[in-house]
Amino acid sequence: MMTDLTPAPRRAYIEVEELSVQFPTEDGLVRAVDGVTFAIDKGQTIAIVGESGSGKSVTAQAIMGLVNSRTADVTGHVWVDGQDIVGMTDDELRKMRGRTMAMIFQDPMSSLHPFYRIGAQLTEAVNVHNKVSKKEARDRAIEMLHKVGIPSPEKRIEDYPHQFSGGMRQRVMIAMALINSPSLLIADEPTTALDVTVQAQIMELILELQQEYNTAVVLITHDLGIVADAADQVAVMYGARVVESGVIDDIFYAPEMPYTLGLLASVPRLNQVRAERLDPIPGNPPSPIRLPSGCVFNPRCVYTDRVEGNLCATERPALLPTAPGHMVRCHMSKAEREAVATIALGALGRETT
Amino acid sequence: MTEIMNSSHTSGDPVLRVTDLKMHFPVRSKGLFPKTIGQVKAVDGVSFDVQPGETLGLVGESGCGKSTTGRTALRLLEPTDGKVEMDGIDVTRMSAKEMVPLRRKAAMIFQDPYNALNPRHTVGAIIGAPFAVQGVEPVGGVRAAVRDLMDRVGLNPEHYNRYPAEFSGGQRQRIGIARAVALRPHFIVCDEPVSALDVSIQAQVINLLRDLQDEFGIAYLFVAHDLAVVRQISHRVAVMYLGHVMELTSREDLYARPLHPYTHALLSAIPVPDPRAQKNREHILLSGDLPSPVNPPSGCVFHTRCFVAQDICKVDKPVIREFEPGHQVACHFPITEYLGSTPIVGPDPGLTAESELEGMQDGDSMEQAAESDLIHEPGTNYKDGPDSLIDPGPGLWR
Repeated sequence: MMTDLTPAPRRAYIEVEELSVQFPTEDGLVRAVDGVTFAIDKGQTIAIVGESGSGKSVTAQAIMGLVNSRTADVTGHVWVDGQDIVGMTDDELRKMRGRTMAMIFQDPMSSLHPFYRIGAQLTEAVNVHNKVSKKEARDRAIEMLHKVGIPSPEKRIEDYPHQFSGGMRQRVMIAMALINSPSLLIADEPTTALDVTVQAQIMELILELQQEYNTAVVLITHDLGIVADAADQVAVMYGARVVESGVIDDIFYAPEMPYTLGLLASVPRLNQVRAERLDPIPGNPPSPIRLPSGCVFNPRCVYTDRVEGNLCATERPALLPTAPGHMVRCHMSKAEREAVATIALGALGRETT
Repeated sequence: MTEIMNSSHTSGDPVLRVTDLKMHFPVRSKGLFPKTIGQVKAVDGVSFDVQPGETLGLVGESGCGKSTTGRTALRLLEPTDGKVEMDGIDVTRMSAKEMVPLRRKAAMIFQDPYNALNPRHTVGAIIGAPFAVQGVEPVGGVRAAVRDLMDRVGLNPEHYNRYPAEFSGGQRQRIGIARAVALRPHFIVCDEPVSALDVSIQAQVINLLRDLQDEFGIAYLFVAHDLAVVRQISHRVAVMYLGHVMELTSREDLYARPLHPYTHALLSAIPVPDPRAQKNREHILLSGDLPSPVNPPSGCVFHTRCFVAQDICKVDKPVIREFEPGHQVACHFPITEYLGSTPIVGPDPGLTAESELEGMQDGDSMEQAAESDLIHEPGTNYKDGPDSLIDPGPGLWR
């Protein structure tokens, strides 16, 4: 349902505004995404970090318009180059997908059709959006395969997906996603199924192609190492909400939200003095059906006693700026947040900035 | 914690010794009369031992044979060749029946906490199963022992009658761990025990495994692909590639002074969760994928992807040798140039179990050892000062 109101002038290329996705189920309403807001420009990468069930993948699907409006309730806005994805018809979406925005999925085997040669799958993507001859489409496919580093692409184009290794399949997926030079690429855990040495190759490839096409990248991941490697901005999701967002240095060197602190403290890291014990976040992530009231993180938060009254358990904190571009969702005062960050990061054995 | 049975390790043998272990799976042709047309050499001549109370990390990429090694070591698979000894007893050709009493001494923790538990059994039945199978009657009864175990691994004993589906992934892994330690084994093979879990839960489970080791003196063979996790828990680490152990040494040496080019590449490929450090790191990008274990490369199996390979590597398979005391490597050209200067930061306070546990006498319990702080004496084995992220030098690194 497009409104007739002309949208206000957009500043960033992609702006996600108060995006919410709810699935009515037999067990109750599942709030998968609850008021997610962020913005990025072309050539920039935002990483959406969170654990399983935090809503990061559904956010990605909603941006692509892949959430079925008959089974889910999507509200808010996703402005891509001034056009709102939310409320678009299937036809309008189909024109956007592939050309303006494309997606790479986690599992390249189940995302490629096993019965079709990869050449057919690649040229189909070309033909959907361009009036070109068979020869031109094929040339474009070969060129793209060459670009993603598949040796002898003019031969491999005749192969089926099962004839490729996991890393090579992911390269084919990337070639397919970028074949129409989209300006927005959504990568949903693109390297999770791959080994580290192959992961390094694929991340390098994505970043190289991003530079070449000036693509905006939304990178969904749970791996803070990949975030540190690839992102310009970070949004940390927990319990369907963004709990902290900012540029990469804000999140890694000046985090303020207790969940971000806990996440940073619980990852074993190779570039540091090995801690005798890791410092895990107590408890388990919440079920999206029964999200805690108040702050979604309050049952696992160790700092709730620093907030007066029972505010953490009763009132939902807003995502508020703490510094330019750095947003935090927490009831603690800024002074308190900085104090607990110093303690938590001090235990990590490194300085805050 | 009630003492269910006193099973502390008494002999001087390693809890597990594997010698030149080979596990080849036949590849059969299709059709009415299948013929063996090849061998998948999943494990091809692997030797190591695991000392009492020690954790040996076994790392490598998928398909390198690390899980098969773990399973063969427990005799869940019949090895093609080589020798497996548990507590000094050769079990390589033992029948399943003969293995039964030994099964009490060794257990396994699986990767996928969703498929490792029978969904139709209650948690109590799952954790109590080892007692029933082995015919062990713990003091105070099975039910009390199971509740005790649940409490020990951080589960609520009130949930005795619940089913696995009612638990989260991290809690299910705790159930699997409680089942594995029920009979106080000397030795547990942990096959990727935390890789299916979220990071905040991973840390909880790693800490739990460490605590159980300290309390009961269990030795672990810790199979994992995540080098950061392995560093957190292991005393010694073996790096595997295509069915071979490439490097085997103490944790401190592996992360601070790796020798094998593959280890260098693996360490450099892992992004560290620290943007500034990550931006300044040098990466060794290995070209290509893992070759097929059906048709492994001649000579050194790593030569097709190696950045220091010479002609000899294509024809002559390097034998694993002791390059320095306690530091084994299978390479013609180990990289020693950056000795003490690697992408990994320095001092590593922690466990050096072998040497420290050697002093333990028969009958000494592991609990005493843990209390006397033998296991956790920091910094004793560290030779060099702290290094920061280091200039890797010219040439090999790009």
